[in-house]
Amino acid sequence: MRVISYLEAVREAMTQEMEHDSRVFLIGEDVGQYGGAFQVSYGMLEHFGPERILDTPITELGLTGAATGAALIGMRPIAEIMFMDFTTLASEQLVNQAAKLRFMFGGQSTVPMVLRTPAGSGTGAAEHHSQSFENWFVNVPGLKVVMPTTPYDVKGLLVASIRDDNPVVFIEHKLLYKTKGEVPKELYEIPLGKADIKREGKDLTIIATGIMVQKSLAAAEELIEEGIDIEVVDPRTLRPLDTETIISSVKKTGKVLIVHEAVKTGGFGGELAGVIVESEAFGYLEAPIIRLAGKEVPIPYNRDLERASVPQVEDIISKAKDLATLKV
Amino acid sequence: MKLAKTDAERYLLQMHQIRAFEEQAEKSYMAGKIHGTMHLSIGQEASAVGSISTLEPTDYIIGHHRGHGLTIAKGADLNLMMAEFYGKANGYCRGRGGSMHIADVKGGNLGANGVVGGGLPLAVGIGLGLKMQAENRVLLAFFGDGAASAGAFHESMILAVLYQIPTVFICENNQYAMSFSAEKWTTSKRIAAHAELYGMPGRSTNGNDLLEVKEEVQKAVDLAKGGGGPSLIVNDTYRWRGHSKSDRNRYRTNEEIEEWKKRDPILRFEKYCLENELMTEIEADEIKTRAYADIEASRQFAESSPDPKVETLEEGVYA
Repeated sequence: MRVISYLEAVREAMTQEMEHDSRVFLIGEDVGQYGGAFQVSYGMLEHFGPERILDTPITELGLTGAATGAALIGMRPIAEIMFMDFTTLASEQLVNQAAKLRFMFGGQSTVPMVLRTPAGSGTGAAEHHSQSFENWFVNVPGLKVVMPTTPYDVKGLLVASIRDDNPVVFIEHKLLYKTKGEVPKELYEIPLGKADIKREGKDLTIIATGIMVQKSLAAAEELIEEGIDIEVVDPRTLRPLDTETIISSVKKTGKVLIVHEAVKTGGFGGELAGVIVESEAFGYLEAPIIRLAGKEVPIPYNRDLERASVPQVEDIISKAKDLATLKV
Repeated sequence: MKLAKTDAERYLLQMHQIRAFEEQAEKSYMAGKIHGTMHLSIGQEASAVGSISTLEPTDYIIGHHRGHGLTIAKGADLNLMMAEFYGKANGYCRGRGGSMHIADVKGGNLGANGVVGGGLPLAVGIGLGLKMQAENRVLLAFFGDGAASAGAFHESMILAVLYQIPTVFICENNQYAMSFSAEKWTTSKRIAAHAELYGMPGRSTNGNDLLEVKEEVQKAVDLAKGGGGPSLIVNDTYRWRGHSKSDRNRYRTNEEIEEWKKRDPILRFEKYCLENELMTEIEADEIKTRAYADIEASRQFAESSPDPKVETLEEGVYA
């Protein structure tokens, strides 16, 4: 099958869905001629024109409202927020308006919009361009939250998000943009709320989100050499969460390591641990659930400090080994 | 401006219905029948009715937290509206929204909003959608003097002009953002003057004069429908009641309130109708009587309506 990058898969999903549905348009800062800060929408202005590829001035709140309002009367907008850090500026419209309009109007409306945003550290961009806020939005009923981790997933999940009748926060990891993988040329959907077992194993379950899925797969490849067989579960959608796949994996392995980049305190790992201990999987646990997550610091500039502030492959290997051998 | 008799009668009826609705809302609240809070627009009726009288049924409005008047002016069913105010299962929002979120989407009312300035970015999107759909529809986006100081206002004006959306932004300047007097930071003329900086027409009206409001909004609606883009209109008015039920009126004098009550927009319009022989005194009285009877019927409807079932709580979060 054809191999393209994660970034190209995002662009292809938007392009094909815009060709397929005239209600879909893209709005964001520098998404036109510039092609987006990460070049995700490069070339789309020439293809669709300025009526459907809308460049905005610096108006995170305004453009998020513009997407929400247009969705309210039947359009299907995609809004791009250049860095997830800047969703703080957009949150009033996303959290108070987009997430609640349907419910507070008693079901009279739908808000079919997608807010795409790149998250995560690793680029040396420091405190204001590196954060992972997914759990803030997971905590808001009315929003869906998607975190794709492969080129194949990102295309199918973006198509499904655009077609979904609810507001979707679609979180792309900027270090994944250049990763490559097999992606079908035709349009396809991956249903929201369906986890994917990225690697099957019998000794230990790693539940990871975002780029930590790739790091966990790398760790698993090393650990198999030492006879530790790891299963890697990628929830793909954080809200709604596919609890069934997670619970059945935990029942199989009896040991759980949760890995995410966002800060540990109040992070999604706590939610995952809660889901597991509240379920029938509790009785299958052979060890405490361990969370490996971002340190309790803002993301710093210096390369070594930045690297130390989020889990790396060696951290995952070390924790997974401890857990597999019950040294926790 | 020449008014048809039937139009004059409708405007007077709607203004009386708004006042009667809000007087009833206040009574029901004082009687302990209402669980939440409310924001009354008594004294501002001409701004709502005058502005919305320029619209076709297929046009849209989006409101602010003081939105009862806008909702009635857009032609809402009074029973469903009062039922929502009472939090009933058959209210417009199934008891989920209440006073601050009443919406009538089929009727072109995209809802009141609990966040001051929260409707402005939404208005940009609705305007953008209307432009893309190209069905010659317009949006009136209402907000208050309080929202005019918020960052959302600045971003929304810039985007509205950039995309030339068919939207009329209407600031109902009732002089106070809760307790903060608009005079401390601006005047209605200066709010309207923002328009020029952003690059659209801006005008102030005597918001208690229905005909002046209607005339100015009509020009802006015509401009928007003709592809001329957005406008900003500031209707200068006054709320007779406090901000909400927590208000102790510590920031203004009784003399000031009484002074504004002399400029009652309903009496002003009624006088105009009588002087111009659009109706007789008897007819005017009948209209008022009918409005209060309509509201009394809506109260009875609401009070005999069922509460939402708790089992339905989680319905409607997702489509």
